[in-house]
Amino acid sequence: MTRLWFLNRWVLFAVVAGGIAAFMDQDYYYTLLNFIGIHTLLVVGLNLLLGYAGQISLGHAAFFGLGAYTSGILTATVGVDPWLALVAGLAVSGTAAFLIGLPALKLRGYYLAMATLGFGIIVYIILNEASDLTGGPSGLSGIPSLSLAGFAFNTPRRLYLLIWILLGLILYISANLVNSRTGRAIRALHDGEAAAESLGVDTFRLKLKIFVWSALYASLAGSLFAHTLNFIAPSSFGFMFSIKLVTMVVLGGMASIWGSLLGAGALTVLPELLTVFHDFEMVIFGAILMAVMIFLPRGLVRGILDLYENRRYKRQGGSFPV
Amino acid sequence: MELHGVSLAFGGLQAVEQVSFGVAPGTVKAVIGPNGAGKTTLFNLVTGFLAPQAGRILFGGVAIQGRPAHRIARQGIARTFQLVQLFDHMTVLENVMVGRHRLSSSGLIAGALQLPWTRTEEKVIRQKALEALEFVGLADRAGQPAAVLPLGLKRMLEIARALASAPTLLLLDEPASGLDAVETERLQDLILELRRQGITILLVEHDMGLTMEVADEIAVLNYGKLIADGPPRAIQKNPEVIAAYLGTDWQG
Repeated sequence: MTRLWFLNRWVLFAVVAGGIAAFMDQDYYYTLLNFIGIHTLLVVGLNLLLGYAGQISLGHAAFFGLGAYTSGILTATVGVDPWLALVAGLAVSGTAAFLIGLPALKLRGYYLAMATLGFGIIVYIILNEASDLTGGPSGLSGIPSLSLAGFAFNTPRRLYLLIWILLGLILYISANLVNSRTGRAIRALHDGEAAAESLGVDTFRLKLKIFVWSALYASLAGSLFAHTLNFIAPSSFGFMFSIKLVTMVVLGGMASIWGSLLGAGALTVLPELLTVFHDFEMVIFGAILMAVMIFLPRGLVRGILDLYENRRYKRQGGSFPV
Repeated sequence: MELHGVSLAFGGLQAVEQVSFGVAPGTVKAVIGPNGAGKTTLFNLVTGFLAPQAGRILFGGVAIQGRPAHRIARQGIARTFQLVQLFDHMTVLENVMVGRHRLSSSGLIAGALQLPWTRTEEKVIRQKALEALEFVGLADRAGQPAAVLPLGLKRMLEIARALASAPTLLLLDEPASGLDAVETERLQDLILELRRQGITILLVEHDMGLTMEVADEIAVLNYGKLIADGPPRAIQKNPEVIAAYLGTDWQG
């Protein structure tokens, strides 16, 4: 029964995503959907770390940037095959995450948050200053599009196919992960590190693994981003974007794979709708973060379900067991 | 399991001092003593949450002191906590499934890709977890979030989780605290059943009725020192133990 329902969600995802591809013909919407897809990749990865494992990264934009710039530099400047460059980006981001996580995760507490915060700022500065390599603040252009067997992903609609098929796979893999042995151990260490240790879970190693894993998602998103825009500049990879990602995780719901899609979707579309308020974007994001934390601490999806359940319980004269 | 001259001080406080005793395989040993006597510290030393400053802890003849907790757990030592530590955001069944961690091996990538052998392993994990729940009488609660269980059942769940790791040595830290008389009686039956199955049990407990019923041997701690070690009858009559902990009620 649950199994069937679970399957249905994937069918729904495929039908909706495929339906859009079949019927929509405005490039603007495809572009928007592509950004939603890329953001969702980032948010799912961050959610695995933040929502499931309970570890905070305030520098995920940096891994996004490392992926984007590794792809960008290797393809535009060196002329490497884009797919190979993407893999190189994964290697760079994964190694960086490993090296940060190694000391930061050994310690209890919020050292990872501080280390990633610092790392994010350092990467941002390097992207700006190493202009010989990165093009500096004015950015890096001439990044080729991805192509597969002669089919170039060079229009918003074609990119949509690539990004959303990849996203579907990543969502599927992530949902599998959280319900696997390792996924349970990750959730367990979040709820009770000592108890997890007492059952043979090497919590340090597992935190490091999921941190690296999460950085890989960001790197993949970064490479796709670079090949989607064909141009990248440091401003896309700053501290504020890291915070935006955290907001998307919280809005969609911590420890919710599908919530990630919703959180990323909502906060990608919102600025488009509120272009008048552009100067206040960060204020609005801050307000959303606060409001969700206070009123829907489990995020939009579960929060609304909770409200519904709560009402039902109250009608039956009971109280909702939280 | 044997302790040889195990000592640990927190700053100037000698929490455990030169403690030596053994637990024979397949027996139940209780550690009793007043609050602050070092019982839980002793548990943390055996399970690797603390490292002793001196002394040796042998398990199956191998020195395990100072090893990280997860490595000791993988040797087959499981524990419960004085303050129940469940994975609140996971279901009752999932909690117990984590107990199978040391006996299974699917990694992150295998789990993400759901490789065929992972699915097979997952079935075994689920099956064994259900058996453990059945054993403690929680099978009908399998799908509920662990957080909603009443305390008595939470303690049972914690034991089921520990049992899912198929331990040879099980450490129970005040399993009866917060339980009512009926629940305590069930706990007693459970401990005796586990002993019958050949699991060695080390128990910290304040409920003397329970302790006297289940323990083959009792070690008594006071201010971090072992003041007595022997069968319950002898402990009950030991004047030092009576003075330090039992009072006169338990004098045989």
